[in-house]
Amino acid sequence: MSPWFQNDNRLPQTRLTVISYTIVGLMALLLLGFWKLQIINSDRYAQLAERNRIRSIPIIAPRGAMLDRYGRVIVDNYPSFSVLLLRDDPVQLDHMLPQIADGLNLTLDDVQQQLDAAKTLPHFQPIVIKPEATPGDIAFIESHRADIPLLEMLMVHRRRYPRGGFMAHVSGYVGEVSADQIEENSRYRPGDIVGKAGLERQYNEQLMGVDGMRRSIVNSVGREVGRLEQTDAVPGKPIRLTIDYDLQLVAEESLVGKKGAVVALDPKTGDVLAMASQPSYDPNDFAVRISKDEWQSLNEDPERPLLDRAIQAQLAPGSIFKILMATAMLESKAIPADYHVFCPGSAEFYGRVFHDWKKEGHGTVDLHDAIVHSCDVFFYNVGKQLGIDKISFYGANLGLGRKTGIDLPGEEPGLMPSEAWKERIYHQKWYPGETISVAIGQGAIAATPVQLGYMIGGIIMGGRFHQPHLLLSDQAAPEVDFPISDSTVDTVTQGMYGVVNEPGGTAFASKLSGIEFAGKTGSAQVISNQGLARAGKQADLKDNAWFVGFAPRQNAEIVVAVLVQGGEHGASAAAPIARDIVKAYYDKKQGKLPPQELTTQAVPGIPPAFAAQSARASKPNADAEEGVPTKPDPVAATTTPVATAPVSVNP
Amino acid sequence: MKEGTGIRDYDWWLMTTVFAICGIGVMEIWSATHASHLAGMQWKQLWWIALGLALMMVMSRLDYHSVLDKAPILYLVGILALLAVLAVGHTRYGAKRWLPVMGEFLQVSEIAKLIIIVTLARFFSDVRTDRLLLTDLFKAAVLTAVPVGLILLQPDLGTAMVLIPVVAAGAYLAGIQWKHAAVMFLAAALMVPVAWHHLKPYQKERVTTFLRPEDDPKGSGYQILQSKIAVGSGGFWGKGLGNGSQNQLGFVPVRYSDFILAALAEELGFAGVFVTLVLYTALLLRLIQNAQRAKDRAGMFLVMGVAAILGFHVLVNVAMVIGFMPVTGIPLPLMSYGGSAMLFVFLALGLVMNVRLGRFVN
Repeated sequence: MSPWFQNDNRLPQTRLTVISYTIVGLMALLLLGFWKLQIINSDRYAQLAERNRIRSIPIIAPRGAMLDRYGRVIVDNYPSFSVLLLRDDPVQLDHMLPQIADGLNLTLDDVQQQLDAAKTLPHFQPIVIKPEATPGDIAFIESHRADIPLLEMLMVHRRRYPRGGFMAHVSGYVGEVSADQIEENSRYRPGDIVGKAGLERQYNEQLMGVDGMRRSIVNSVGREVGRLEQTDAVPGKPIRLTIDYDLQLVAEESLVGKKGAVVALDPKTGDVLAMASQPSYDPNDFAVRISKDEWQSLNEDPERPLLDRAIQAQLAPGSIFKILMATAMLESKAIPADYHVFCPGSAEFYGRVFHDWKKEGHGTVDLHDAIVHSCDVFFYNVGKQLGIDKISFYGANLGLGRKTGIDLPGEEPGLMPSEAWKERIYHQKWYPGETISVAIGQGAIAATPVQLGYMIGGIIMGGRFHQPHLLLSDQAAPEVDFPISDSTVDTVTQGMYGVVNEPGGTAFASKLSGIEFAGKTGSAQVISNQGLARAGKQADLKDNAWFVGFAPRQNAEIVVAVLVQGGEHGASAAAPIARDIVKAYYDKKQGKLPPQELTTQAVPGIPPAFAAQSARASKPNADAEEGVPTKPDPVAATTTPVATAPVSVNP
Repeated sequence: MKEGTGIRDYDWWLMTTVFAICGIGVMEIWSATHASHLAGMQWKQLWWIALGLALMMVMSRLDYHSVLDKAPILYLVGILALLAVLAVGHTRYGAKRWLPVMGEFLQVSEIAKLIIIVTLARFFSDVRTDRLLLTDLFKAAVLTAVPVGLILLQPDLGTAMVLIPVVAAGAYLAGIQWKHAAVMFLAAALMVPVAWHHLKPYQKERVTTFLRPEDDPKGSGYQILQSKIAVGSGGFWGKGLGNGSQNQLGFVPVRYSDFILAALAEELGFAGVFVTLVLYTALLLRLIQNAQRAKDRAGMFLVMGVAAILGFHVLVNVAMVIGFMPVTGIPLPLMSYGGSAMLFVFLALGLVMNVRLGRFVN
């Protein structure tokens, strides 16, 4: 054996010992590392492990349906599938993205954009990449379950509204919950679908259900290997409305191609029997995911289709206001009931000439004649004698200048001017001349259609004002009482009956045989005469037409307020609409109008032309909307009305 | 060949530790694979252990001096084998590391480790001085560099790195001078940027994600993160054998091999890890004790070569599992599933037994 190793047994013992200690030291260090992970940060990692393991896919609760007062379905849901993309494994995701985009007929850019937008969300949370899956998409997902485990289908309930904007402002629409709403209500989670406008918003708590959750165990490649307990969805509750679909249909049809609103109320209860606003929009467009362009065009449309004119259009009430004046005159007893005025076609007050709408004048008129013929000069004199404070007192007590409290978001209060109001807002004195304009419903005064229906309904009910409401309930709606004497009610009622039923009454053309139909016409300027001169007498600045009618004469069952913007004459533009609705009400009562049957499929009663004509029929006319809030969001519109300059002369 | 020595003279403390570690390993391999298509892997592992034991017996019966005697020839054979792998080797996972032997694929670099231990033990015991000269240090470095370079070409950074501690421990025990050590250390530090330039992209990625795994939790940081989640979620007592979700659902990467300790940490908790690491520490200290009691320097270098490689394997693997080190593909000796690695460890332990038994003869 070779000698290379012999006689060499001096071993470096110290160095060997150093190595031993080094190993012990390093091992202790590593154990410390385990201690930190397993003992100190254990909870955090346990959570991460659970996230890895458990995939949660929501089970969407269906929203409650909206039914009319007889239980006919107006708004419901239809089942649909959304495509979910699971993002747990970005490596797989990157790899499969082109195939996924191709299979779902999406562009790669689009998918990538959606992924980028969701970057801040936790990885374990899947995102919806296609809200509405086509049968082709579903087939693609099913057939690629094995090789593309990143796609899931989520059963959702899509909202289905009547087409063509039918009752759109009442029903409102739904959309994804906003960050603000989540902050306001802890019940909402990101991605929830909530009511954004109308009844959808007002009764969101009832309509919205509670989503369930399907939890499953997945392995590292995303394949489901087991199921955990599942929480079922709790469906939202349906709501029964006061709306009578048959009347609603007449209201909607009567407004086609026009710009305005109709409100039909039961004055004994406050039930809203019909409520329509035109131009309208199709809430179905919002049900999936409205595109930015669509939203912008709706928002910037000069016709303002998102505006619910029934509760948000604050306009001068014109001659409808004379009913309030008559009530104030009789109730205040400041002027005798047999007060007469000679109307020569104009009158001078405070050094200015105020014209009557009828140049040749009405001759000698008493209160009844003044209502029937809508004599301006008579009410100029009443206004002058009452003074703005008395008018304002009655206006406030008969429902003007404050919200009626209808169960819809975004109602506007209108405006009932007073000396104090002018002092507060403009720091100016009230000019007596302004009172003369207000006396015929012009000038700074503004009211919404629902307010005028509420006011007239309350007056003819002897001062019992029932809060208008859309939710049908066994309990009586809150009511405000401002007792009005029977003789006053009788005088006013007779006057309004005369408007429709006496020859020479302003709405005689709308007389209904066999029905005691009464009402009051109104034609209100949208711009002062000076403004009109500046605008060069454009045809666009036509007067707004009003009509508030009711039937029967005693114990009225229905009050209908109609506004047709730019309709010029209440008698010709608004009264026939009210007449049609009242007629339909009686026809139905007498069994002449077969009730429309509604299915869940669509709304068959709407004529095909309706959808096409419903929106954007007339020309842009921004000026004609003075007094209407200008904020684009129909829900958040809370601007106070802009007072028009006092009108000096009634044409 | 050797008179008066027998089975009772084996280091039974050492063997007990080895069996305990193997037992834990087999158990965890079962747990990690029983519910997957890999089920039954533990039987193969047991078979490798048995084969390893047999080889260890054979190895322990040779006189290590005669083995050291043939060191130059073994070295040449080793180099040739590494060249052969590069030429005709079997490619798996993008690297040429395997040569077919008896129907199984053997990882030649495992044999190379053994040969380097023997070669360096021979070399350092030849030096016979307490102050290692620079020329000798240089020679040792070249002897190591050749196989390291060949293994890097496969490419197998992990195994190549494993050879460094053998020469480092050898040089240290052979009396390296501090200034030389300092210069070497500096040179190595300067080499880092150059070496970085030559790393494969996947290797670079491993290092960068090691440094900041949270930057890319699903890309290449995935393995480190999932391993840490498995370890951390285990807590003190663990989730129970067969109950680790990270392990059973496949979130822990190669849970039966390189990351077997992560699987164990999840299912048996800190308690299980503690026992395991104490066993490894005991094993390494026992090896060093054997080195201290070796009959001559050659024996000591041999045992310490084995200790250096095993120690490096254990420390680097454990550090990787808890994110202290980048993913390098270095398995945990005696626990990770793998035939070649198992055979290497038992052959190396055979060398150690050989040295130990040498004490009892003259």
